[in-house]
Amino acid sequence: MTRLLQALLFAATLALAAPGTAQADAGDSPVLQRIEARGVVNIGHRETSIPFSYMADDGQPIGYSIDICLHIVDAIRAELENPDISVHFIPVTGQTRIALMANGTIDLECGSTTNNLTRQRQVAYLPTTFITGTKIAVRRGTDVSEIEDLEGMIIGVSAGTTNEKAIKAHIAEHGLNIRITEVKDHSQGWLAMETRRIDAYGSDDVLLYGLISRSKSPDDFEVVGRFLSFDPYAIMVPRNDSGFQRLGTAVLARLMRDGEMERLYNRWFAPGPTNINMPLSDTLRVAFQIQALPE
Amino acid sequence: MTYNWNWSILINDPYLGWLVDGLLWTLAVSLAAWVIAFTLGSVLGILRTTPSPTLRTMAATYVEVFRNIPLLVHFFLWYFVFPELLPDAAGMWVKREMPLPAFTTAVVALGLYTASRVCEQVRAGIEAVGSGQRNAGRAMGFTEQQVYRYVLLPVAFRIIVPPMTSEFLTIFKNSSLALTIGVIELTAVTRRIEEYTFQGFEAFTAATVIYSLITFTVMGLMRLIERRSRVPGMISLGSG
Repeated sequence: MTRLLQALLFAATLALAAPGTAQADAGDSPVLQRIEARGVVNIGHRETSIPFSYMADDGQPIGYSIDICLHIVDAIRAELENPDISVHFIPVTGQTRIALMANGTIDLECGSTTNNLTRQRQVAYLPTTFITGTKIAVRRGTDVSEIEDLEGMIIGVSAGTTNEKAIKAHIAEHGLNIRITEVKDHSQGWLAMETRRIDAYGSDDVLLYGLISRSKSPDDFEVVGRFLSFDPYAIMVPRNDSGFQRLGTAVLARLMRDGEMERLYNRWFAPGPTNINMPLSDTLRVAFQIQALPE
Repeated sequence: MTYNWNWSILINDPYLGWLVDGLLWTLAVSLAAWVIAFTLGSVLGILRTTPSPTLRTMAATYVEVFRNIPLLVHFFLWYFVFPELLPDAAGMWVKREMPLPAFTTAVVALGLYTASRVCEQVRAGIEAVGSGQRNAGRAMGFTEQQVYRYVLLPVAFRIIVPPMTSEFLTIFKNSSLALTIGVIELTAVTRRIEEYTFQGFEAFTAATVIYSLITFTVMGLMRLIERRSRVPGMISLGSG
């Protein structure tokens, strides 16, 4: 009998002690535990993904994705009951984002990263915040309205992007006679476009609008054709951490429920500080509605 | 680490094929550029040691211009700026009709840059032979050409095999910069695999191993050349 009492007492002590050890609710989430220990949220950001995540004139990262992430940081502060948790911005590139997330340097990646199933073997994603796809930009007056019209011409793509994959697949599938020039990044692609090395440049439509708006003669170029791929952008978080992922999903669902997401969108895209002028599409509005999960 | 290792992507279709293609492009760019670099560099190196001040200045100017511009800038200048300096029709031909524009530009840029380095090695080799040999040759009644052909160069080229090995190794590694103008060589392929699969660590490991294999092969080859070309008792070529 005393044994049973002892066992019960032991169990009761454990039960009482448990909430004490997990104070302020980092729970079983490794990322939240890490943030609690460091007192810092490390946000990975891009430097030229306009207007998602880029450097302002004063050297601070700003943009649509950054604003969303700052809402998530507020939720982390509330969850850990520690308003003093600070934010540390770490610049990442297409090549470094996975490595830095895998080794725990960054807790959130706030840029313009496409969510796809292959990549989900390596990282997890929060709900979709933007929807885009591959389109082509051409010189105005070249009489091209779809990729098929480029027969015999040269198209440029940024090597190793999802756009390259989509365009090559499309050309192969339809047996088109279009030459492909690969470039290293968007700025070189656009330089090739402006020096007439290529007749068309294929990329995510939002990035094409951005490139055109910043070019020397924006009126000379236009974005044409249908979407050749489907690229939903989402904030990237470490995999195998459902607690942290749920926290982020809850924040996004709330922003989408109370209309804050649409206000953020309009602030950056319609017309936005860089004059990109892309009003909220019906597809994205529906996506916001569908992802606005109830509490 | 929350990294999900998956080494099998390296032997999966299409990634294995990409790696092989990337390796072939790396070899093609490097070897073609080396042909330019070695030929032009040797000529320039000889010019730098001739008695003619005009020729010496010309070669010296080439070396200073090409050696002092960073290689990355070379690629950029040859690819984007050079065609704009040509007459319109020629410029358009270079940009649009020239076969393999990125590859050709990369070979030319890398070759001309490395030539300036090879030139200095050749000059150092000829100067190391010393003026005694040169004067002895002249005293024997050799013409300037014959002095170079039969006296200076056979020794000079043997002396510079070790530093030339370094240049040859460097050209393979420098060829990775060709990715900046869109040549899909080994490094570009690993970046592409990373972008498609997010398995960057595996891809970069594979690239490291392949680059090491290339350089080990080159080192072995050069050591063989060094041994075969040695003239016993004439110059010390180290213990190797």
